[in-house]
Amino acid sequence: MKVLVYPPNSLILADLVERGGHEPVVLMREIGKHVRDAEIDAPPLNVTEEDLKRALRYVSVEEPAGVKGRIGLLAPLLEQAEASIILTDAPPTFGCMGCAVSDEFFKFLIRKRNIPTLEVRYEGGERMKETVDRIMAFLAGLPKGK
Amino acid sequence: MATRVAQLSCGTEYSGMQWILNDIADQVGIELVYPEMELSQVESACDEIGFRAESPGLNMMMARAVSMLKDPSIKGALLLTCFRCAEGTVVKDVIRRFLHERTDIPVIAYSNVEKPKEIELYARLEALKTLITRKALLMRERQEGTTLGVDSGSSTTKVVVMKENDIVGEAWLPTTDPIRSADEAIEKALAAAGMKEQEIESIGVTGHGRELVGEHVKADLNLEEVSVVAKGAALLTGRHKGEASVIDIGGMNNKLILMRDGIANSFSLGGICGGSSGRFLEVAAHRLDVGISELGQLALKSHERHELQSYCMVFGIQSLVVSLAAGVKREDVAAAACRSVAEQVYETQIQEMEMRPPVIFVGGVSLIEGVKKEFEQLLGTDVIVPQNSQYAGAVGIATLVSGL
Repeated sequence: MKVLVYPPNSLILADLVERGGHEPVVLMREIGKHVRDAEIDAPPLNVTEEDLKRALRYVSVEEPAGVKGRIGLLAPLLEQAEASIILTDAPPTFGCMGCAVSDEFFKFLIRKRNIPTLEVRYEGGERMKETVDRIMAFLAGLPKGK
Repeated sequence: MATRVAQLSCGTEYSGMQWILNDIADQVGIELVYPEMELSQVESACDEIGFRAESPGLNMMMARAVSMLKDPSIKGALLLTCFRCAEGTVVKDVIRRFLHERTDIPVIAYSNVEKPKEIELYARLEALKTLITRKALLMRERQEGTTLGVDSGSSTTKVVVMKENDIVGEAWLPTTDPIRSADEAIEKALAAAGMKEQEIESIGVTGHGRELVGEHVKADLNLEEVSVVAKGAALLTGRHKGEASVIDIGGMNNKLILMRDGIANSFSLGGICGGSSGRFLEVAAHRLDVGISELGQLALKSHERHELQSYCMVFGIQSLVVSLAAGVKREDVAAAACRSVAEQVYETQIQEMEMRPPVIFVGGVSLIEGVKKEFEQLLGTDVIVPQNSQYAGAVGIATLVSGL
């Protein structure tokens, strides 16, 4: 299954999804498309006009430009996700989008899709193992080969 | 060599405007740099500034602000957060105050939007560059010799002839063709001074038409308006030391400049809405069937508070007409028009920055007494309108050119 992770640029979560036998849906791939697109002048420095327009399907025109840009980049991930793992309260170094409003709003959009979703709180130190166990158990419960 | 300016932002790359910023910075000779910092320094930077945001990007922005103080090659700061982001606006303000406490470098702010107007960004970065690179010239506190200053504005062209720190001739004409208007205004100002062109030692030019007019009159100095108007306001009021705020409302634009020791160190430019310009008052005066010079006096006669329903040049004026038709007294409507301009400048610029008393009001609109009164009521402080306030730009450039 295609499993969206949040924070969407978390390498650790992406790795766990792969180890669990699924395909991670992560921001790096979306950025990668921008980098390889010959028509974009300065990737990945900027979101494109298309990203900003795409965001309008999800956010109001009154939202700050940076929220639109972030949601515009994340929207394709949302649209292809068949399951998701949301890690809450993770430190910025774990992966983040920099903007608290985008963060909250994107999590809301994931929840609204009604796909199998695991929400798990980040636990540092010794308790991280429990967090990983919960994630792996969730991944094991998802149907394979879809 | 390009001037190094710190870009302190929380993700401009997500707003789709970073390439425009880079492009304009390049045009005006500014190198935008991200001050170096370690992620581990974010916490301590937030502690040092005394604020912590929910967004990690904004906390990182504060860490870069702290870090830039350690880099002496950085000569200015550009603060950017998204338009309509409440948390970003708070952080921008917190950082501006922090930098003003710790350093003298000029700081400007802008709000990220998806499609910024290039001219707006250009004007800001150009002014920032002047404040950095022309600091020695801007420290000038007295005009010497005989010089001529031309302020080729969007709606009027102002010219002063100055001799040993006194205005000896001046002229003010509507701008039509910028070159022709400048020629006529120069001729009139020289006639008022009883001088010939040959007696002028140097010419300085500022304002929207400065490039065209500057080339035509072979100007010795051509500078953007922010630093020049601030200097003019300092000269007209004799306030060369300490802090002050300058409100400049012209025919088609407005500025708020915060200055220290007679030099601008932070500013905000209008340009979003014509409702906060002299043009709005011209249309209002026309509807009230008074000359623009009489509008302010009429407004001062008001005893009953009346509000226009919009700041807009179209809907505000429509509200003005409806008010008159409903029997509201002309003086109350005139006061409402003055308040409309003052309130919009307050809400869009003063509120976004801060107010450092004393407040100096210059530009053509400063001559309309009703607007001065409304600013005093809004700000709760006296507003100084110096003599010749409409010539602040021309006086500023005439003084600065005498320092070359």
